[in-house]
Amino acid sequence: MSTIETRELNVYYGDEKVHALKNVEIKIEKNKVTALIGPSGCGKTTFLRSLNRLNELLGATTKGKVIIDGKDIYDGKEDVIQLRKRVGMVFQHPNPFPMSIYDNVAYGPRIHGVKKKELNGLVEESLRKAALWDEVKDRMQEIALKFSGGQQQRLCIARALAVNPEIILFDEPCSALDPVSTAKIEALLRELKHEYTIVIVTHNMQQAARVSDFTAFFLMGELIEFGETKELFERPRDKRTEDYITGRFG
Amino acid sequence: MAVRKEYIEDLEELKEKVLRMGELAKVAADNAIKALLQRDMELASKILKENSVIDDLEFEIENRCTRLIALQQPMAVDLRTIGTCMKIITDLDRISDLAGDIAEIVLQIADEPHVKPLIDIPRMSELSQGMISDCLNAFSEREIRMIEDFSERDNVIDALFDQVRRELMTIMIENPRGIRNASHLLFVALHLERIGDHACNIASRIIYMVTGEKRKLE
Ligand SMILES: Nc1ncnc2c1ncn2[C@@H]1O[C@H](COP(=O)(O)OP(=O)(O)OP(=O)(O)O)[C@@H](O)[C@H]1O
Ligand SMILES: [Mg+2]
Repeated sequence: MSTIETRELNVYYGDEKVHALKNVEIKIEKNKVTALIGPSGCGKTTFLRSLNRLNELLGATTKGKVIIDGKDIYDGKEDVIQLRKRVGMVFQHPNPFPMSIYDNVAYGPRIHGVKKKELNGLVEESLRKAALWDEVKDRMQEIALKFSGGQQQRLCIARALAVNPEIILFDEPCSALDPVSTAKIEALLRELKHEYTIVIVTHNMQQAARVSDFTAFFLMGELIEFGETKELFERPRDKRTEDYITGRFG
Repeated sequence: MAVRKEYIEDLEELKEKVLRMGELAKVAADNAIKALLQRDMELASKILKENSVIDDLEFEIENRCTRLIALQQPMAVDLRTIGTCMKIITDLDRISDLAGDIAEIVLQIADEPHVKPLIDIPRMSELSQGMISDCLNAFSEREIRMIEDFSERDNVIDALFDQVRRELMTIMIENPRGIRNASHLLFVALHLERIGDHACNIASRIIYMVTGEKRKLE
């Protein structure tokens, strides 16, 4: 079952001077990890941001449809605040707020009006799901910026989970992390997909191969190939995909 | 512009090594039957001596494959190529071993007269040689046209083997003094039949390498 579907999705920046996404049509399945790969500037981040309408904050124009759970989020009737609650995002560089671990995770739920007495449980649950609880349970009031990059990134994941999203977008979540922290995040992604739909941008082809069920290859704003990860990396259909993933592409 | 220049050169070198090993295995199998037909003991001994060169190559190729996988994380056609190399060197090694087995038979037969004129055995050899050649070309050109009909070609070899076997069995029943020579020849034919099977294995691997499709040829 597809949970996200785009139709003739086009995104432009700066008075349509940059055509960043060109007629992208894709169906992203529920409770799967979908990886987006492609050279720098091909539109991966733009695509990700079109799924929770972050692009419009950056002055982008979007045409076409992004249908989430059967409803077009660009039809003018969508509540953007609610949308961004349903579609969470984790960025390349861990960006915790300059506050305590607890407050970082509680931030979203508080905004969305979660009752104080429910907060403790929710914070713990989110940190557990992000595989961070054991490392921080005795340090909840310490400022988040003191923790390691890998811990901060898992904190950001916990923060995204705390508002109970359906979909989580990851933009190169491991590119600033060491191999051990990377392995932890990858294991986490495989866990999280049972409850969430995950879309991840990565420049690391092996990472895409390891964590994702489906892979989409973008080139200059176009979706070139989309399919099961094990197929795409073993026998890509398009020559351009093959050139890219075998490194014959500069 | 091609990036990863060294990696691509390494892959090319790997392919050259496999082709070289294939060429040596093919020559060994060819010479084994030549030695049989010409009763050339020297040639037969040479095959046995040179077997170790092929063994060394197999070892080297395997190491290269492992290293490429470990260091370069190959994908797509590169991954299929390396996987194919790893697999087909086993078949090539078996072909050269079978050539060696034939050479040993040649040494044992020495000057003793054959129980029948050798017609089908050279024919089997010719067919299996053709299959090995086509494998090597297909591998080097990444072109599967010449190996897609291997099932049929292997059937011809199998049919020839059946024929040789029946003939030799009859001879053995009728003339017990011919058993020694006839059983030697029977083994030669069996080894040639096996070589055809290995060529089929190699061909299905090459089809996978080129197309990504797994097709069984037998
Ligand atoms: N805020 C923006 N304003 C103007 N142009 C932008 C903006 N963001 C992206 N672009 C342009 O849109 C195109 C796609 O950019 P995008 O960031 O989506 O690529 P990407 O695939 O994520 O690249 P990378 O792998 O480097 O992160 C590029 O040409 C980029 O310059
Ligand atoms: Mg990006």
